[in-house]
Amino acid sequence: MISQLFTDIGSLWAKYGTVYLTGIANTLILAVTATLIGCIIGFFCGILQTIPFGANEHIIKRVLLKLIRIVIRAYVELFRGTPMILQAVFIYYGMPYFFGVSFKDIWTVSIIVVSVNTGAYMAESVRGGIMSIDPGQFEGAKAIGMNHWQTMLYIVLPQTLRNIMPQIGNNYIINVKDTSVMFIIGFSDFFAVHKMVSGAVFKYFPSAFMEMGGYLCLTLLASFLLRRLEKRLAGKSNYELVNADQLVMTAGTYHYPKEAGSPFEEINKDYKGEKQ
Amino acid sequence: MSEHILEIRHLSKAFGSHAVLKDIDFTVDQGDVTTIIGASGSGKSTLLRCINLLETLTTGEILFHGQDVSKGRINSSAYRAKVGMVFQSFNLFSNLSVLANCMIGQQKVLRIPADEARKRALYYLNKVGMAPYINARPDQISGGQKQRVAIARALAMEPEVLLFDEPTSALDPEMVGEVLDVMKSLATKDNMTMLVVTHEMSFAKEVSTHVVYMADGVIEEEGDPAKIFTNPENQRTRDFLKRILNQ
Ligand SMILES: Nc1ncnc2c1ncn2[C@@H]1O[C@H](COP(=O)(O)OP(=O)(O)O)[C@@H](O)[C@H]1O
Ligand SMILES: [Mg+2]
Repeated sequence: MISQLFTDIGSLWAKYGTVYLTGIANTLILAVTATLIGCIIGFFCGILQTIPFGANEHIIKRVLLKLIRIVIRAYVELFRGTPMILQAVFIYYGMPYFFGVSFKDIWTVSIIVVSVNTGAYMAESVRGGIMSIDPGQFEGAKAIGMNHWQTMLYIVLPQTLRNIMPQIGNNYIINVKDTSVMFIIGFSDFFAVHKMVSGAVFKYFPSAFMEMGGYLCLTLLASFLLRRLEKRLAGKSNYELVNADQLVMTAGTYHYPKEAGSPFEEINKDYKGEKQ
Repeated sequence: MSEHILEIRHLSKAFGSHAVLKDIDFTVDQGDVTTIIGASGSGKSTLLRCINLLETLTTGEILFHGQDVSKGRINSSAYRAKVGMVFQSFNLFSNLSVLANCMIGQQKVLRIPADEARKRALYYLNKVGMAPYINARPDQISGGQKQRVAIARALAMEPEVLLFDEPTSALDPEMVGEVLDVMKSLATKDNMTMLVVTHEMSFAKEVSTHVVYMADGVIEEEGDPAKIFTNPENQRTRDFLKRILNQ
């Protein structure tokens, strides 16, 4: 029973260890790459969808923005509303029909399919994230003269990123598992290894057991790293006061860039006086 | 040539069919400290937001040094950089430190290099007494401190006019003083041109050079504070002042 299981796993690992490891590596690379690209797509769509336009904007701009929203909407609905396995088939076998080209490289197709799929989910997350930012943040930025892109890039998106970190983590973990459907076009991920190996040596359960453990390790590691990242994005929970006399007393622990000196020296230089 | 910094001409603003501002006319000159007083809902915030182009006017125009800025023909970013705004709810950027809040606009809008922007930011943070807090994030400081940082952020853009929309209304009573002191010093020591919506009648009376009383979207009465506070002509002004000074 238990001992038998571990003997089987041991013999599987001795013979196919590197194959399993290659599978894990492929799964990881695909999931990480596609999640990153998917996030970029999602952020891009999210920004485009939330460009504000009023009734007195130029007609061409209004039509264009409206059109962008419709296209993104269609993209989101299409890729969220169909199985990824079919999307892979469509793109892999559909390209030769429509464009006369076929992808030689399964990696390219897999990355495109998973990225575009993730992008569709992320677009919605980002849109929701942007809408949940306090309108005062936009107004504060506008009031000092920042334009829409600057406001987005420096103020809104960093806050959005922090807020949707859990969803990004979710998407990544889903991708680690769901990239297995790419076997349909011949991508050899971690799960594909299981099918290949167990088909060859008829050790279904031991192999499945290893797969379970492997996937769980991958996702637990991801959860752990994401937690840490979330904490870092949230910033320090305390701050150091920068006092003139504190500078004297605790000069050793003071973290100011050396060449910049203390803020008080800078103030004393009198920026106003310098300008004249 | 006596050119005004700001000249508001026949400004009207409606939200749908709800006319909030009706034919507003007034001017702001260099060094003016104008307070706008009036009951809640009379359109004071909307007026400031129109001036800063956060709302689009329904009709009328806003001249900045004689140039119409309200029709979308000018670069509204450049204009906004010259007309600072301090909000009731602070609106500090919550992802940035106190120092970065005061640098980002300089760097991105005015394209000032980081070290210069930093100097400027520190200069103004020091002015509002917030230099020790440069490393803090907005959610780590008190309301009064937030508002002082917001003032420094606006000042760091070196605007020609500073608009304040009830800067002390969201504060606990014990913090009102520290913000008013900063504003007072800006008005008297730095000769800053300011347009202040406030319910702080002591500020209106003692600091401002000009008082505007608004009711139901129109300017009912305006003049110098001595006249408005001691001898208002308009019955509504008298009623309003009686109500607010007696509470
Ligand atoms: N975005 C908006 N949409 C519709 N009505 C608004 C909007 N903003 C303000 N109002 C209305 O305009 C009137 C004046 O508001 P406001 O300028 O905030 O007054 P005050 O600042 O003097 O209290 C109020 O009746 C308010 O309901
Ligand atoms: Mg108001």
